[in-house]
Amino acid sequence: MTPDLPAILTRLHAALPTAAIAHLRNPSPSAQDSLLVAPESLVAVCQFLRNTADLDFDLLSNVTGVDWPEPAKADAVAVPPEGTTPLACGFLEVVYHLYSTSLRIGPLVLRTRTTDRAEQVHIPSVVAVYRSAEYQEREIFDLFGVRFTGHPDLRRILMWDEFLDHPMRKDYVAPDDYQYEPTPHDAVLEKAKKYYPTKAEI
Amino acid sequence: MISNPSMPPAASPASKPELDEDQLLHVSLGPQHPSTHGVFRMNVVLDGETVVSLKPVFGYLHRNHEKIAEGVTYLSSMPFTDRLDYICPLTNNWAYAQAVEKLAGIEVPERAEYIRIITAELTRLINHTAFVGFFLGDMGAWGSALMYAFREREKILDLFEDLTGARMMSNFMRFGGCRNDLPDGWAARARVLVDEFPRFLDELENLITGNEILIARTQNIGALPKETLINGGITGPMLRAAGVAYDIRKAEPYGIYDRFKFRIPLGTTGDCYDRLMIRFLELRESLAILRQALDQLPAGAYIHPKAKIRNFKPPVGEAYARIESPKGELGFHLISNGTANPFRYRIRPPSFINLTLLEDMCLGLDLADVVLILGSVDIVLGEVDR
Repeated sequence: MTPDLPAILTRLHAALPTAAIAHLRNPSPSAQDSLLVAPESLVAVCQFLRNTADLDFDLLSNVTGVDWPEPAKADAVAVPPEGTTPLACGFLEVVYHLYSTSLRIGPLVLRTRTTDRAEQVHIPSVVAVYRSAEYQEREIFDLFGVRFTGHPDLRRILMWDEFLDHPMRKDYVAPDDYQYEPTPHDAVLEKAKKYYPTKAEI
Repeated sequence: MISNPSMPPAASPASKPELDEDQLLHVSLGPQHPSTHGVFRMNVVLDGETVVSLKPVFGYLHRNHEKIAEGVTYLSSMPFTDRLDYICPLTNNWAYAQAVEKLAGIEVPERAEYIRIITAELTRLINHTAFVGFFLGDMGAWGSALMYAFREREKILDLFEDLTGARMMSNFMRFGGCRNDLPDGWAARARVLVDEFPRFLDELENLITGNEILIARTQNIGALPKETLINGGITGPMLRAAGVAYDIRKAEPYGIYDRFKFRIPLGTTGDCYDRLMIRFLELRESLAILRQALDQLPAGAYIHPKAKIRNFKPPVGEAYARIESPKGELGFHLISNGTANPFRYRIRPPSFINLTLLEDMCLGLDLADVVLILGSVDIVLGEVDR
């Protein structure tokens, strides 16, 4: 059963008057709308959703990162309410899918956004509320470069520890150090020329 | 109704007794053997035989499937989903097809829904029988149980080979249905298999469940409170073994599961014994679903006549869809920006997230139990590392 987002939003506003939360519309046929939560209110919102008996969102099923270099594209996928000023720069987004195992409601989609994609990439960790986020937040840190403040053990999880970049970023360029084909052609041949001597040189 | 814990469970016991660092043994378990569930490593710290810390190390099989999927069309990722949990390719196919169908609002004809349920439940038979075999192997009964399980698995794989052309890498689901119809006589052969399967199950259960060693090794091992399990994102048979009635086939019926009569078996303590037995009970419920589905199988189209294979571009938006895969909740989160490639393609892998509480389950137990607990989680590294 899909959750009644306007009702939940009203209750969240009543319980957490200072929290900045907006209802984003999803134009796709799935009609899974989401709530955009400011990073500083995220943990309080999660606690409220988990601890309120008639909401009882006890299962944080899925945590995902998304890289949005162009904010206009994000606004097309998750449409903000009328009159919201569009964001100026790209950002990283973390999306949470919550379910209630007892009331069988879900998914409640929460999303939160970093200020930019370079320096201010900090989001509070929700591991203290939902343990299931522990490895998923590590994965997002590893692949997207979101820093989860308060995470008990924020290390790379899928890439090796010495790896420097974040491969799921849209502007990630794969290193140019792979083994080339034995008989390169087209674009690969052009690249291979950088590494292998030409016939004339031999 | 499950009450909410007022305090979240701690990552590890807060007050550990003071341990003499010189007396501790650091063991790197893996990245092979621990009964070869795959290239998985655990950094274990032992005090004598007792586990005082366990840190899993992932990534040996990582190929960034999600990044690759962003660079190809929606359909091109379908064969790649076979390689996630390679024991159960057909449920992976279904989960992905379902997410795309939700994203694009595609209808699925009735016959295709039946074919999907039949293949998915046959996959569950494969997974759970193989699980029993591997689990007994983890316990030291190497070979016999697994060979019995694989004998039956091979019969189901023969059916899959006739249907999809491959034993394991099926690439069978399409957005709006299935790739091809059932071959002539396939349903009758599946029916024979389903009718003969309970005899094998009785045989396997007789061989295993009363065994003294099995009971001594598995009971009261690896149990955690249900609130902790839910909070840790554990889904599937692991959660139901602890007595939580949460099965997505019932909680949020997808496909046409709401038409079938079946029960959700529940355990009581959630120890390794319950996790083993829950699989036996689920096998029997899968057989019940299969019998009903094969009886009711309607004629008709196996794919929606307007399903678009080439130049498929879902509308802008996002969708999250999940199914009850044999290992737990398998979900796909897709974001479309209107082009032929997904903007974001995320897999919610049950094997990976079910490992979140591995350390909590193992602390204070013997090293030999770690292998057993890891086996009871039922992981496939193709899905853990993606």
